[in-house]
Amino acid sequence: MNDRTRVRLTVNGHAEQVEVEPRAILADVLRDNLGLTGTHLACEHGVCGACTVLIDGEAARSCLVFAVQAEGASITTVEGIAPDGGLSPVQEAMRDCHGLQCGFCTPGIVVSMTAYLNTHPNPSDADLKEAMSGNLCRCTGYQGILAAARQAADRMNASS
Amino acid sequence: MKPSQFQHHAPERVDEVVALLAEYGDDAKVLAGGQSLIPIMALRMATYPHLVDIARVPDLSKISATPNAVRVGAMVRQSHAERDAAVATVPLLAKALPHIGHFQIRNRGTVGGSIAHADPASELPAVALALDARIEATGPGGVRFIDASEFFLSTWQTALDDGEILSAVEFPVWGAGSGFGVEEIARRKGDFALVGALAGVTLDGDRVTRACITMIGVGSTPVRCHEAEAALIAGGANADLDEIGRIAAAPLTPTHDVHASAAYRKHVSPAIVRRALTAALKEARS
Repeated sequence: MNDRTRVRLTVNGHAEQVEVEPRAILADVLRDNLGLTGTHLACEHGVCGACTVLIDGEAARSCLVFAVQAEGASITTVEGIAPDGGLSPVQEAMRDCHGLQCGFCTPGIVVSMTAYLNTHPNPSDADLKEAMSGNLCRCTGYQGILAAARQAADRMNASS
Repeated sequence: MKPSQFQHHAPERVDEVVALLAEYGDDAKVLAGGQSLIPIMALRMATYPHLVDIARVPDLSKISATPNAVRVGAMVRQSHAERDAAVATVPLLAKALPHIGHFQIRNRGTVGGSIAHADPASELPAVALALDARIEATGPGGVRFIDASEFFLSTWQTALDDGEILSAVEFPVWGAGSGFGVEEIARRKGDFALVGALAGVTLDGDRVTRACITMIGVGSTPVRCHEAEAALIAGGANADLDEIGRIAAAPLTPTHDVHASAAYRKHVSPAIVRRALTAALKEARS
């Protein structure tokens, strides 16, 4: 019953192979098996968005995906958002606009915002509010996060 | 907050899915996008010794158009349906999809999974009911079709037999002069609707030749408001929509929960119906 299954993933560009129980959720595998603790887990049932990662480029809650479902997929975690070790435009904007206080929700915010802006180059403020509605933050009151989304959208647009 | 142990099966053909369900019976559950099932398992509201993952069955991820309907395979992700040209010919479906959860959820959640899950507050069962969609069920005896009006039995209960899977849904395409509206009231964007209404009309001048009104969050299944539809068809495009809303709400017996009282749900229902119909009529006239 608790047989382990081999799962192959590409995580932040690196080929990985893990042996996990089928019930292991992707978030736990990223954190516990692969040491990528940037992905945070809070509610563990799909409400808060802290665990958001990219699966084949699309944002998803990694607490609502069994690792076995991600067999063969390419995963990007917050550690892989800025591959050169610097800050991505979204991360810079979060710093500039005080988009975080305690920081717990920040990895999910950064990944969600990155995914949204990658596919929506000209968002309105209302679009950004809607796009960020799936990530809970208990500190900021969201205004800094939305200001960061605005700045990141405008800068990514200007540089493209 | 961790699901209990299970064996994961990943068949690549529909007949293999059906064979696995036959082999494991009540011990097996179909896993599609998992956006409802995995929370239920994480909360230990349910445990299943076997999950049959249908994501690797290519035949279940197809969308195809026929002259009068759009067939959406069970495993089509909601976000993919949102971007699909054929789905755009079923405007009620296209309008309802963005109301589901958040974009991160819709990237994983599936059209078939949501309908098979049959949550009375969710949008896609209501779309199926409103449009008289046909549910394609595949089981040991082959394929059969179930009318949406006979599919939703109660909360999380459907007319699928043991051993059957929902393999696709056929959504009828309405003709020219049609308009649709989806209205919901929820405390936060992306939450389950406290009350919602999905409406469609077809106009011939000021005559309403076709109407559908379905409500969510007000019973153990989505609720089709036949009397209100008849009143709208009788009253025409200039009917008193407040009155149509009252007719729709009159027979409802919503329940109380932590999110809203039964009285509140009943109280806002006529207004939600009016808003959905207003949007539908506006679109039909344009």
